[in-house]
Amino acid sequence: MTIAALILFPLALAVLSWPLPWDRGRSWLLPLAGTLHLLLTIRLFAEPPRPAGSWIAADALGLLVLGVSSLLFLCCSIYAVGYLRFRLDRGNRVIVPCLLIFLSALTLAALARHLGLLWLAVETTTLASAPLIYFNRNRRSIEATWKYLLLCSVGIALAMLGILFVAYAALHGGEQVSLQLDDLLAGAPGFSRPWLQAGFVFLLVGFGAKMGLAPLHSWKPDAYGEAPGLVGALLAGGLTSVAFLAILRGVQVMAAAGDLALARQSLIGLGVFSLALAAVFMIRQPDVKRLLAYSSVEHMGILAIGVGIGGLATFGAMFHLVNNALTKGVLFLAVGNIQRAYSSKYLGEVRGALVRVPVSAGLFLAGFLAITGTPPFGPFLSEFTILRGIFGAGHPWLAGLFLLLLAVVFVGMGSTVLAMTQGEEPAGMVDSGYRDSLLMVGPPLLLLLLVLGLGLFLPEPLRQFLQEAASLLEVAV
Amino acid sequence: MPEINNTLLLIVILLNFFTLGSSRLGACIRAVALQGAILALLPLTVNGLTPHALGLAAGAFAFKGIFIPWLLFRAISEVRIRREIEPLIGYVPTLLLGALSTAAAFIFADSLPLVAEHRGTLFIPTALATLATGFLLLITRRKAITQVLGYLVFENGIFVFGVLLTTAMPLMVEAGVLLDLLVAVFIMGIVMHQINREFSTLNTERLSSLRE
Repeated sequence: MTIAALILFPLALAVLSWPLPWDRGRSWLLPLAGTLHLLLTIRLFAEPPRPAGSWIAADALGLLVLGVSSLLFLCCSIYAVGYLRFRLDRGNRVIVPCLLIFLSALTLAALARHLGLLWLAVETTTLASAPLIYFNRNRRSIEATWKYLLLCSVGIALAMLGILFVAYAALHGGEQVSLQLDDLLAGAPGFSRPWLQAGFVFLLVGFGAKMGLAPLHSWKPDAYGEAPGLVGALLAGGLTSVAFLAILRGVQVMAAAGDLALARQSLIGLGVFSLALAAVFMIRQPDVKRLLAYSSVEHMGILAIGVGIGGLATFGAMFHLVNNALTKGVLFLAVGNIQRAYSSKYLGEVRGALVRVPVSAGLFLAGFLAITGTPPFGPFLSEFTILRGIFGAGHPWLAGLFLLLLAVVFVGMGSTVLAMTQGEEPAGMVDSGYRDSLLMVGPPLLLLLLVLGLGLFLPEPLRQFLQEAASLLEVAV
Repeated sequence: MPEINNTLLLIVILLNFFTLGSSRLGACIRAVALQGAILALLPLTVNGLTPHALGLAAGAFAFKGIFIPWLLFRAISEVRIRREIEPLIGYVPTLLLGALSTAAAFIFADSLPLVAEHRGTLFIPTALATLATGFLLLITRRKAITQVLGYLVFENGIFVFGVLLTTAMPLMVEAGVLLDLLVAVFIMGIVMHQINREFSTLNTERLSSLRE
């Protein structure tokens, strides 16, 4: 019941919002949907699990992604009310329904236990987010939207091929041909090995493109750079987590088939490559939103490495998924405010933000410290856990490389962020009319407090829950 | 009915070559539409007249054979373009590449571990060759609309493979996949319209302001 409501009510609101003749009222539908969604999600946590074999059901992994996305969406939806007031010229007749459809598709993807259904939901998130990236309707946003649509559609088509290969592995192995996750996990030991491995590789590449793992990340800087800040937050925190979840479903099947080693090696390979590439492109990056996009590529790499190592690092990756999503929310929303205040997102034009918009710039600075793994914020703990996991698994070289790349990222990102926030305002600035307001500062502040709280104290129920999610990715003994 | 299957799949391969070699956009759209319509028959010839096969065939025919081509024709009539001029790689070289990849698909399919009943059929080589054709179109063409055609041909290749596995994909999911494809082409059509309005051309090489 709760599950059906979670998926269907945002759709219903999307349909209702379209004919509504009142723009301000339409904006307020978003926080309404966000609150309701979070309440239902909390209720879902308390519900007993549904019987095995259902197409839609909640397990620890799905609930983790759903909970994070729901929280992030609520914060972004409150922010959206303030943001859309500044963009009355654009109207909100497209952005509001698209955000709501996006929320519904995200929920379905998190709860799907049928690979076909999962694919369908992920593809729907692509389609629903394309108009969001195109919100500013200029040449640059057209270009970003086109690249996003084409690359992600082709990427996700590859994932479909991977899913079909997995089904063929079942057919060839003489097992029951079904893409329901419980059936797959039960039958996996009998699957034909070459088809299953090919299927996993295609799944990884396809959903990896959606998640933004290098080398298929090229849509990310463009899309995040041109989309409004709140859309960037939802893509970097929600969409990428869902795409990662889709890859994790593949890892689960590989683990059940006793072929976890190959899955882990390929995850580590892609992860290290993403981390290295992001570090290189973050040095001297003048566009702050593109900087955040590369930071997202970096953190997707960290997640992949964490799951690739296994054991303690997998637990760290689950924790990092939460931290990354919430911190990305802080960063994108704060940068959106700064961009509004300066009418620019380039390093040359944005200076002395701490003087002009003290709260937003302070949040941005704190968010930067958090995302680069500075104590006492949550990402420090999760990255440290992953690092300990890498050492514990006996890969000192990999751990050294990991630390080195994180240091490069810190320096590269830091030079841009400090130059933007410190110093004097550039002379002759035109007043853009933006002032920090509660609606646009409150949500990122709340997210930052959550990230800080996670760094100071990890509640025992949450720790157990993360452990449960991580244990789904291990070989059942 | 292996003979019918093989005939249909051969036509699909020939249409691959036609799309690679033709410069007229209208003809290319028709070829892809025809390819989609022919593929829609495959569930029937493979599985017989089951309700699932009938539903899938009807859906694929309606979407791949009618709605999507209609959307594409509307898109090119709005922007008044008829021909793909100056592809990145010429027509003869792309045809040669297409022929090579088709040959490779046949050789490769022979070495794959297949279920006994799929051995010796044209399904796997056709799927691989069609996937390769879609990729070639995506890479070598500059017009936004031919890139969309490449994506559709790619999806057709996946469909050929999917026909062998109809039991794995419930009809509801198949219908959703087709609907997503339609919506994707619809949104791509809108973006193409905007590209044409802003840049006065559909050449995607003009989309190059976002880079490091």
